[in-house]
Parts: sequence; structure tokens; C-alpha cells
Amino acid sequence: MIEKKQNRWLTVLFSVICAVYIYPLVVLLFNSFKEKEAITGQVFGLPTAQSFVGFENYLRGIRSIDFFNSVGYSLVVTVGSVALILVCTSMCAWYLNRVGSRWCKGIYYLFVFSMAVPFQMVMFTLPYLADRLGFTSPWTIPLVYLGFGAGLAVFMFTGFVKSIPISIEEAAMIDGCNPLSTFFRVVLPIMKPTYISVAILQTMWIWNDYLLPTLVLDKTKGYYTIPMAIQSAVTDSYGTVDYGAFMALLVLAIIPIVVFYALAQKQIIRGVISGAVKG
Amino acid sequence: MVGGKSTPPPTDMNRTLKRWFPLFLLPTLIAFLIGFVVPFFVGLYLSFCEFATIENPTFVGFANYLRVFTADSNFWYSFGFTALFTLVSVVLINLCAFAVALALTRGIRGTNLFRTLFFMPNLIGGIVLGYIWKMILNYGVLIPLFGKDLSYNSTFGFWGLVVVLAWQQIGYMMIIYISGLQSVPEELSEAAKIDGAGRWQILRHVTVPMVMPSITICIFLTLTNSFKLYDQNLALTDGKPGRMTEMLAMAIRNTYGVTPKSHGTAQAMAVIFFLIVAVIALFQLRSTHKREVQQ
Repeated sequence: MIEKKQNRWLTVLFSVICAVYIYPLVVLLFNSFKEKEAITGQVFGLPTAQSFVGFENYLRGIRSIDFFNSVGYSLVVTVGSVALILVCTSMCAWYLNRVGSRWCKGIYYLFVFSMAVPFQMVMFTLPYLADRLGFTSPWTIPLVYLGFGAGLAVFMFTGFVKSIPISIEEAAMIDGCNPLSTFFRVVLPIMKPTYISVAILQTMWIWNDYLLPTLVLDKTKGYYTIPMAIQSAVTDSYGTVDYGAFMALLVLAIIPIVVFYALAQKQIIRGVISGAVKG
Repeated sequence: MVGGKSTPPPTDMNRTLKRWFPLFLLPTLIAFLIGFVVPFFVGLYLSFCEFATIENPTFVGFANYLRVFTADSNFWYSFGFTALFTLVSVVLINLCAFAVALALTRGIRGTNLFRTLFFMPNLIGGIVLGYIWKMILNYGVLIPLFGKDLSYNSTFGFWGLVVVLAWQQIGYMMIIYISGLQSVPEELSEAAKIDGAGRWQILRHVTVPMVMPSITICIFLTLTNSFKLYDQNLALTDGKPGRMTEMLAMAIRNTYGVTPKSHGTAQAMAVIFFLIVAVIALFQLRSTHKREVQQ
């Protein structure tokens, strides 16, 4: 009985806490419909008949930084990189584990080592190399992400490959499958949960990544991902930020994430738990 | 740890597979060379050089490292700021996340919704997150109360950063704690209850030891996440006032390109930064191993 009563109180308490917790996002949404003075003057105030400006902020924001171009670039970069990482690193992890030679182990340890290296270590050299090789467009930057992000992906795939009994693959090979068809018909279907976890973690990283694309992408050609566009909206304004338009842009930047979360919540949480080993 | 357990495959499959290495291994390997191996080792070498561009380095030994540790770099200040920030964040985030996880594993009504909401800020990137909070902290809290904004002093900036990171990470750590708590067999706390243990005693002597693996993971995750913070720092304070809220990652970027000599200084700072992160990772590896032995 006591426990039941306590639990009811906890529900009430957490309803309040959650409301407060999520309140910043609500405030943001309201402010995206207000005129500038009403944002800086009374940030917590609801839009009133006077301060309500409809979708004007949104129109101004979208026009000011070509927002939909940025959405496109972010999609190309994220989808391209994640797809490339999934295909290449899973094949690589399987090969390294199954061949298992001294070389393979050495390469594997280098991948694991790379997980502990912060981006700042290669912050000057990597963009230079990418530039020399011409990997500076949204269509080629996936190769850079494959290289820098391979560590975690190979590590996670290897963890799973180790648990697959080798006899299944041998049977497939004896039945006349070559390694490629063995991999795609036998190994890949078994590893499906790992593919989803790796995809989720890499998506969360690459979609939100700011520094790497800023230093690698060719900005003179207008290649701005969403985080870059948001940042440039501030730096290009030299202190006189159009707050109305800026609030609208922040809301627009969050919408794809909320949709993604609503669609794949279970997989996201599972991915986070299985990727928690990363330091 | 690495494939150590699985027995080497029979030579037949092994030999066939080896011939397929251009397809299976080469793409990732080439990208890895370009995206990590070469930049890493060249970066390491450049930290011992003076260079205007990456193409014309002159070897200068430890001169860059000496410059990092002497007065003309912001290194020591940034390091202190970052260390203090990391300490406060790790404690705050883990205490909150653990408390929330405890409350949300008792089967109260609305548990799923609460978890969903707590986790959500984690998906928003650091830049967007930083600007949302900059607006709220400046126009909702600091200006109405003090008449000053975040760039007024480093205390405002410090606690602003703590709030932002806590808001983002509590949900993430909560998820990991919940998965740990759910794996604790219920009989254990039941047995303790029958033996007359109070709720606090059960928590201390049964629950906490059982979820120790999750605690270790979360502490190391928050440790590295706080220490490497950049995006939130850039959006929320951009190091202001002056360079007084500049964390290490930002100090490295802001050091690069100030004077011709500072390229090397920045790269040397990056190497030191990497070494600190690597030491943290090494501790993590050791504590995980120890745990595996005990079980």
C-alpha cells in the first residue's frame, strides 16, 4: 500500500520534472513565432496578439542561409557516410577476425587505438590531406568519415563476429559459396542487430558533427551542413543576430531529429546501450 | 579481448578468404590511412616542427612543447578550467542520472514517457543545443536577474556549460543505468529486505555493487565527453569573456594561426590533449578488465 502511494507521488513529481526538463524546447518553439523585441525582452512569454508574427521568422530564416540546401547536404553527408561505413567496416571486421593472422591483429589494434584519439590530434593534418585529395564535397567526405570513424564500427562488428559459430560459414563455403556470397547471404543477416546499432551511433555523430565538416568541406562552393549553417548564421551577423529568424532555424534544425527519434526510438536506445563501451 | 577466444579457422577457408582481401579489407584500410593513420603520425611529427604550411616543416625538437607550458599560451588556464568543469559535470550528471534511473525502474506510471523525454536532448547536436541555452540563460535568467549576460564573467560561462552538458547527458547515462539496474535479480533485494535491511542499506550494499559495471562505463563516458567538449563551448560562450571560458579543445583551435610559430604550438597542445584522453581510456580498459576477472 505504502509503495503504491509513493509511486503515485513519484508519477506526479516526475511529470513536473519532465515538464521543466523539456521546457527549453517549448520556449524555443514559442519564441520562433514571436517578433524580435518579444524574444529578447520576455523570453518566457507566450506569443501575444501583438508579438505573434506567424511564419515570418521561418521564411526569413530559410532565405537567409539557404536552409534547405543545408538539409540536403546534411542528408547526403550522413546517409553516404553511414552506408559506406556499414558496408566497408563490417566486411573488414569479418575478414580481420576470420583470417586472424598477425597482420590482421595488428591492424585491428590500430583501429581500437584510433577510438581513443580525439579529433583535435588530426585537426590540421586531416583537412589538409582531404583537400589535396579533393575529398571536399558532400559526395566525397564520406571517405573521410569512413577513415576517421572506422575504429568504433570495426570494434563493434568484431565483437559480434566473434560470437558467430564459424561452422555456419564453413558449411556455406562447402556448398560452393565464395567469400562474398557467404558474407552477404550468411553473415550479414545474422549481424543485423549490430548493423542497426552501428548505424544509429554513426548517424547521431555525423548528423550533428560540426568541426570536421567545417574544416573539410569547401565552403566557397556553399557546402554547409545544418550545424555549419546555424553557426554561420551567428558569425556572419557580426553581433546583430536576427533572433526571430534564428529561433525558427533552431526549431527547423531539431525537427528532423524529433522525427528520427519518433520513428526509431527503440533502436536508438538499444544502439546507445551497445555502443556505451566507447571511451 | 580481440578474437582471442575464437579458434583460428581451418586453413581452407582461411586461404580462400585471404585472396579476397582487395574487396574485404582494402577499401576500409585505404580510407583509414587517409582519415586517421597518416594525419595522426604526420601530426605527431609536426608537433616537433615549426611550419608556416604543412609542406615546409623545420624540426625544432621540444620547442613547441616548451612554448605550450610557458606563459604565452592559454594552456594552463584552459587545462584548469577544463579539469574543474569535468569534475563538476561528472559528479552532477552521474548523481542525477542514477537517481532518475532508480525512480524510473520502480514501475511507476508514465515510466516510458519519462524515459523518452529525458533521453531526447541527447540527440540534439552541441551547436544547436548551445544556442538554445544561450537564449534561455541570457534573456530568461542572467539579464533579468543580474543585468549581465553569459559573456560577463567566467563563472556565468562555467555554470552555463555545466547546465548545457548536464541537460544533454543525463538522459544518456540514465539509459545505461536503467539497463544495469534491470539486470539486477530481484531476489537479491528481496532477500536483503527479509534480513531486515533498510532501503538505504539495500541501495548501498546490494544495488550499487551490482550495477558497478554501469557506473564505471558512465563515469568514463562523462569524463571523456566533458573533457573533449567543443561544440557546446563554441555556441554558448565562444571562450568569452576574453579567453576565460575556453576549454582545451577550443584553446587548440584558437592557438592555431595566431602567429607563424603558433601552428606548432597548437599541434603540440593537440598531442598533449591526446595523451590525456589516451590515459583516461587506458584506465577505463584496465578497470573493465579487472571487473571481468572478478566475475
